[in-house]
Amino acid sequence: MANLKDIKRRIKSVKNTQQITRAMKMVAAAKLRRAQTVLLQARPYADKIIEMLARVGEVTDLNQHQLLTDRDGKRILYIVIAADRGLCGSYNAQVNRFASELIKKNPEASVISVGTRVRDYFAKRSYNVIGEYIDVGDNIEYRQAHEIAEAVITYFLNDVVDSVKIVYTHYKNTMSRKNAVIDLLPAVPPEKREGVKVEYIFDPSPTEVLNELLPRYIATTLYRAMLESKASEQGAKMAAMDAATKNAEDMIKKLTIQKNRARQAAITREISEIVGGADALK
Amino acid sequence: MSSIKLDIVTPERKVYSQEVQMVIARAVTGQLGILPNHAPLLANLEPGLMRVKINESDEEQIAISGGFLEVADNIITVLARTAELPAEIDVSRAQSARRRAEERLQESQDKVDYARAKAALDRAMARLQAVGRK
Repeated sequence: MANLKDIKRRIKSVKNTQQITRAMKMVAAAKLRRAQTVLLQARPYADKIIEMLARVGEVTDLNQHQLLTDRDGKRILYIVIAADRGLCGSYNAQVNRFASELIKKNPEASVISVGTRVRDYFAKRSYNVIGEYIDVGDNIEYRQAHEIAEAVITYFLNDVVDSVKIVYTHYKNTMSRKNAVIDLLPAVPPEKREGVKVEYIFDPSPTEVLNELLPRYIATTLYRAMLESKASEQGAKMAAMDAATKNAEDMIKKLTIQKNRARQAAITREISEIVGGADALK
Repeated sequence: MSSIKLDIVTPERKVYSQEVQMVIARAVTGQLGILPNHAPLLANLEPGLMRVKINESDEEQIAISGGFLEVADNIITVLARTAELPAEIDVSRAQSARRRAEERLQESQDKVDYARAKAALDRAMARLQAVGRK
């Protein structure tokens, strides 16, 4: 049986840890709310870009464009998106495992890691890492997605890679998220919609509009994936910290019972010693 | 008097949404004025100043850093990298950006650098024009 002093000390340390995990949970909840808002605010732009692309698709053959041509090659570039920091349950591990499962089958694949945890994972193993973006931060800006998008577009146009895919975590709600992979390049044009075709004036021309539109469409897709991943990360962190707080609570309960038992045992022992002593005097 | 709805959207948020009377934007092919009930249109925008006539007396100036303009069903949608109202513009930042861009224009040799510097200069100029300090 552990002695009373040791148990008391442990209870105190567990309580301290619990305070920290509870605070971290609260911080994650606030950040999650922010990430959700940003995700929501990004939607109108993304929707509109897709709509415009569909419009241009009505008057030109989209498959003619360089960024839309399927080269059918094996040199796939994976952009793997996860967190900069840990303490968010199995979030990072899941993304990394999911990505390496995909890549394993293909010796010609290359990787761009987004997030310190992804960088660490892929740098240690023998993957062909051609780009790293670390310290992405909690507030993701469009600028960051734009930078990565420009880099991969250059790789694609210079025939360094045949296609580009994003591996990220799709955000469903606070409790659930899912590993996902989407095609970034060659870009997948939106499906042609049924209904009345409106005659548009294109200034200067459909092709010129398309040339400007596509890079933005790609950056927006990437931006969205980054935002979803961020929201997922905060969700995972919140769940992990909540579990940690609950575990600490359980531990405190168990230790308190142990403490009370130890105290009771000490009292009983003392009484029996006194009684024994008194008996001996008779 | 009839009006047309103007929505300005950036990747990060919806910046502006209001009924207006006229919009003058800087398209790639030149200045573009749009009045209510304009025909459907899709245009590339240059970085520059967009003038928005809200009514007879009020006019607003918005700095747009390039993008697209769509007109459909009496709604103008502007998709821009950034769009700033005069109150949101950081003047000193725009001024230093302008100086940097001008220096780069002087030095730059190849085409890509030149185009980038030119675009940066246009963005800075648009911001400065919007706050009325050229």
